[in-house]
Amino acid sequence: MTRAHDMGGRFGDGPVRPELENVVFDSYWHARALAITLACGSLGLWNIDASRHARECLPPKDYFRFSYYERWLAGLTTMLVENGALTAEELMMGEAIGPSDLTNRKLVANSVNDFLTKGSPTDRLVSKKSIYKYGDLVKTRAFPENMDVTGGHTRLPSYAAGATGYVLLRHGAHVLPDSNAHGLGEAAEPLYAVAFKASDLWAQPNNSDDEVILDLWQSYLVLA
Amino acid sequence: MLATYSSFSTGASAALNVWTNTRVLINYMIMAHDQEHNEHPYNDLPSEPALRVKALETILTRKGLIDPSALDKIIDTYQNKIGPRNGAHVVAKAWSDSNFRAALLDDANPLLAKLGYYGRQGEHIVAVENTDEIHNMVVCTLCSCYPWPLLGIPPSWYKSDAYRSRTVREPRKVLSEFGVRLPEYTTVRVWDSTAEIRYLVIPKCPTGIDGMAEEALIKLITRDSMIGCGLVKSL
Repeated sequence: MTRAHDMGGRFGDGPVRPELENVVFDSYWHARALAITLACGSLGLWNIDASRHARECLPPKDYFRFSYYERWLAGLTTMLVENGALTAEELMMGEAIGPSDLTNRKLVANSVNDFLTKGSPTDRLVSKKSIYKYGDLVKTRAFPENMDVTGGHTRLPSYAAGATGYVLLRHGAHVLPDSNAHGLGEAAEPLYAVAFKASDLWAQPNNSDDEVILDLWQSYLVLA
Repeated sequence: MLATYSSFSTGASAALNVWTNTRVLINYMIMAHDQEHNEHPYNDLPSEPALRVKALETILTRKGLIDPSALDKIIDTYQNKIGPRNGAHVVAKAWSDSNFRAALLDDANPLLAKLGYYGRQGEHIVAVENTDEIHNMVVCTLCSCYPWPLLGIPPSWYKSDAYRSRTVREPRKVLSEFGVRLPEYTTVRVWDSTAEIRYLVIPKCPTGIDGMAEEALIKLITRDSMIGCGLVKSL
């Protein structure tokens, strides 16, 4: 039904440990791992949905033993190999075998600022109309799964599958990750912020009037 | 000394424990090291992930796919230029200018673009305001989505499995771990960032700020308060 990353609501994780506000990177390799991932992203071989899916596809055993940036690195190496930028042999040997034919796409220092400030907006003008309005009661689909690709990417967490909430915000149309992650096109469709009462999601909520709000695409929803 | 952050192998919450303990240990080691110049109470062997990162960077550089100086520039950007001060600037303006506040809550994006706070992981911002009636807090249960142009790189606790798993189910308990206790009549709204919309919490304005300069207000606004996990500093 779901993968290791889909952990919302799970029991057993222990306390959250706040840390000092001025810490950006706990160690230097974290910073390096982040920068390598962003620089490789700029090669244009994959989109953000595909990169999230690569991390989610780690075997649960690895996902849970890895720290945060190790998950990033593992997802990154998968994508580099799958897209032909590196070979598994090169990774094993720790050596580059010949130059890449993508060197003209390399992110250079002078372009970093543009690359980071340009962003990649996901809103699209589409003809698909938004059919829900503020306050409408909607129900999420029962399966927290990609409906077209077995084990594919989706952004419907399992804790909110089959639940009823109300439309709080309409965000316009956005690229659909379930399609875009798999190279099946952007398939943009209306996106909504849907609010769920805590008591409709959890057996023992902290306070039944509290709410959890998720951004959900139109195809995840039906009228309740 | 960073090389001693090596124990990430026993699950995330245990890792955080080890992490905290390791920090304490490192401080102790540095002190000990300073006192005994000729002895090395820790070893110089780099950690496994640090070596893996180094190896990957070397291969990619030799392939001509990345430029180490571009990596330096990315790190410098998030270490020194883009961080929670940007978000605090926006909050300070919202506190001191009711027209700005209303426009920000209506559609933050044109205002933020004008202030230069736009870019990667901040293309679509929605600002939500904390009041006596509603307390907003933000999480990303599926990964670690966060408004980078306004708050920088998310802190480790935001990316931890404990925060991701528990916040949607027991937000008040999580808040208590940050020292925040809310009255029963305040509704908690947890925003799970499941799409590319990024949420900025406008923390409740302290009383008595009339006439205070923007710079002074910015100093009151903590990063955690803009995620909805902390309160602003008191006057």
